[in-house]
Amino acid sequence: MSATPVTSYSAADTGQPAQGRRAGFGRDMLAEWTKIRSVRSTLWTLIIAVVVIIGFTALISWVVVANWNGPHAAARDARAISDPTSIIYGVAIYLGQLAIAVLGVLVVTTEYSTGVIRASLLAVPRRYTMLAAKVLVFTLLMLVLAEIMAFGSFFVGGAILHSHVSVSLSDHDVLRATFGAGLYLVAFGLFALAIGVLIRHTAGAISIAVGVAFVLPILAGLLPDTSFFNHLNAYLPVQAGSQVYLVRPEGAPLLSSWQGLGVLCIYVVVLLGIGAYLFDRRDA
Amino acid sequence: MIEARDLTKSFGGKVAVDHLSFVVQPGRVTGFLGPNGAGKSTTMRLILGLDHPDSGNATIDGQRYADLVNPLRTVGALLEAKSVHTGRSARNHLLFLAQTQGLPASRVDAMLDLVGLRDVANRRAGSFSLGMSQRLGVAAALLGDPRILLLDEPVNGLDPEGVLWIRNLMKHLASQGKTVMVSSHLMNEMAVTADHLIVIGRGRLLANASTEEVIARQSSQTVRVRTPDADRLTALIAAEGGRVVPTANGNGDGNGSGDHAPVLTVSGMRAARVGEIAASAQIVLHELTPQLGTLEDAFLELTAGSLEFGHLGTELPGESASPGPATAGSATQPTTGSAR
Repeated sequence: MSATPVTSYSAADTGQPAQGRRAGFGRDMLAEWTKIRSVRSTLWTLIIAVVVIIGFTALISWVVVANWNGPHAAARDARAISDPTSIIYGVAIYLGQLAIAVLGVLVVTTEYSTGVIRASLLAVPRRYTMLAAKVLVFTLLMLVLAEIMAFGSFFVGGAILHSHVSVSLSDHDVLRATFGAGLYLVAFGLFALAIGVLIRHTAGAISIAVGVAFVLPILAGLLPDTSFFNHLNAYLPVQAGSQVYLVRPEGAPLLSSWQGLGVLCIYVVVLLGIGAYLFDRRDA
Repeated sequence: MIEARDLTKSFGGKVAVDHLSFVVQPGRVTGFLGPNGAGKSTTMRLILGLDHPDSGNATIDGQRYADLVNPLRTVGALLEAKSVHTGRSARNHLLFLAQTQGLPASRVDAMLDLVGLRDVANRRAGSFSLGMSQRLGVAAALLGDPRILLLDEPVNGLDPEGVLWIRNLMKHLASQGKTVMVSSHLMNEMAVTADHLIVIGRGRLLANASTEEVIARQSSQTVRVRTPDADRLTALIAAEGGRVVPTANGNGDGNGSGDHAPVLTVSGMRAARVGEIAASAQIVLHELTPQLGTLEDAFLELTAGSLEFGHLGTELPGESASPGPATAGSATQPTTGSAR
C-alpha cells in the first residue's frame, strides 16, 4: 500500500449538503438496511433458509402423499385430512423460527462482537432512535421473507397434497393461519432480537431463544394438568403465539388466534422496552 | 473545542477517570498522554458519549455529543478498539456511516481514495492488515469533514510510513484550524507531533501545557561540558554545589571532531555559571551545551507514582507496554524527541 499524498480533506468539492438539517429517521433506516444487506453471512443465510424450508415442505408433503394409506390407516393421514395445514406449516415454523431467531440475535450481537456498535453509536448517538431504526428495518425485511416462506410453503405443500386432500386459502381460517404463520415468525424474530439487545452475546442469546422456542414447550408439557398450569402454559410466548397459525388447535385453547399473537407481541414489546432502556444506559 | 468538566468514571469501584477537567483548543495538535491504564481511552469514550460519566460532563463546542446533529460532520473519531464489522466491506462500512449523516456515496469514494483503500474497497474488512484497518478508521473519522478530531493511539502498529502519514495528517488538519486531540503513550511521537500536551495518570490531570513547557519544566536539566582540564573543573563546580558525572568520551563524538577531551555532565548548575567558573579559572572549554531533557524524561517524572501497573521490574515479561526504565537512559543524548 503506497502512501497517499496529503491533498484535500475537505468535503467542499463533493457536493456535501449544508450542515444543520436534522438527521432524519429515514436515513437511519437506510443505514440499518445497508448494514443488514452488506453482511453476506446473515442475510444470505436467511434467504437460503427460505428456499430450503419451502423445499422441505415439498419433501414432507410428498412423503405423506407417497405413503398414503387412506383415512382409516395411519394417524398421520388422518391428521392430513382433518388439518392439512399442520403438515404444510410444520417445517416452516420449526425451521423458520430457528433461522429468523438466529438472524434476529445476530443483527444485534455482531455489532458488539465486532465492535461496530461504537461506529454505529458515533454516527447515531441517539440510541433509542438507532434501535428503533434497526427494529423497524428488521421487521419489514422479516415480514417479506417470512410471508414468502409461509405462502410459498402453503402453495407448494398444498399442490403436492392436492391429489388426496384439497386445501385452499378460501377455506375457513386458512388464510389467517398462513398469514399468521408469517406474522408469528416475525414476532419470534423480534423476540430473539430483544434477547440479543439484553444479552449482547451471540451464543448466550441464541441459547435462550432456542430454549424458549424448543425446550420450554417440552418442559411445559410435563406440568400437571391443572387450571393454573394450563394457563401458565397457554401464556408462554411460543405456545401463545402458535395459536395464530393453527387452523384446528387441540382441545379448547384458552387464547384465540389473535389473542395468542397479541400475548407474544406483549412479550416482545416488554423485552424490547427493557432492552432499549438498558441499551441507552449501558456503556457501549 | 472540546471541554471536559470534572469528568469522573469508575468501573466496578475502580476509578478510571478522576475529576478530570481540561479544554482542547482548535488550531493545534493536542497530545493526550498517560501511561497505559491512565484513563485516556475512557476519557475519549466519555467525550464521545459511548460511556456515561458518573459525574461531570464533556461538551463539544458547548454541546453534549449525543445532542449533536449529524455528529460525524462535527466530530471525527478514531478509536483504539476495532469498530468495523469483519464481514462487511470497507466501502459498505463507510457507506452506512455516510447514510446516517446524509452524505453522498461519492464522499465514501473520495475518502477511500484519500486513505489509499480504493483497490480493496470491496474486500471484507476482516481481511485487512492492521495498517489497512487503521486507514479505514481514518477514512471513517474524516468522512464528515469534521472540525474536531479525536484519535486514540492512531499510530499503534503502523509502519514508519504510516506513522509519518498520520503525523502529517494531524498537523495539516490542525493548520486548517481544526481541533485535534490525539492520545498516545509514545513520547517521542508526541514530542514531534503535538503542540500542546495534556498529561494524565491514574485518571487525574498531571499537566496541561505546551509541549516545550512540559519538557522545560522538568527538574533534571543538565549541562554537557567538554574540557581537557576535567579534574580542576570538576573540583571547582563541586565547590559551588554542582554535581559532576564523567561521561563516556564519544571518541570523536561521531561528528568527526576527533576531540578526545573528557566529557562531563553537570547537574544542579546552569550552563552560564559553568562558563563563568571556567573563565575565571582560565580553563579551556571545547564544548558547553545545556541539555534539554526529552519529553520521555518529563513524562516519566510527571507520572512517577501514577503508573497503573507499577514500574517494570527486570524480571517482568515484556507484555506491559508501560514506558519502562529501558527507555529512560537517553537523557543526555539530544535525541529526536527533544523539542527545542
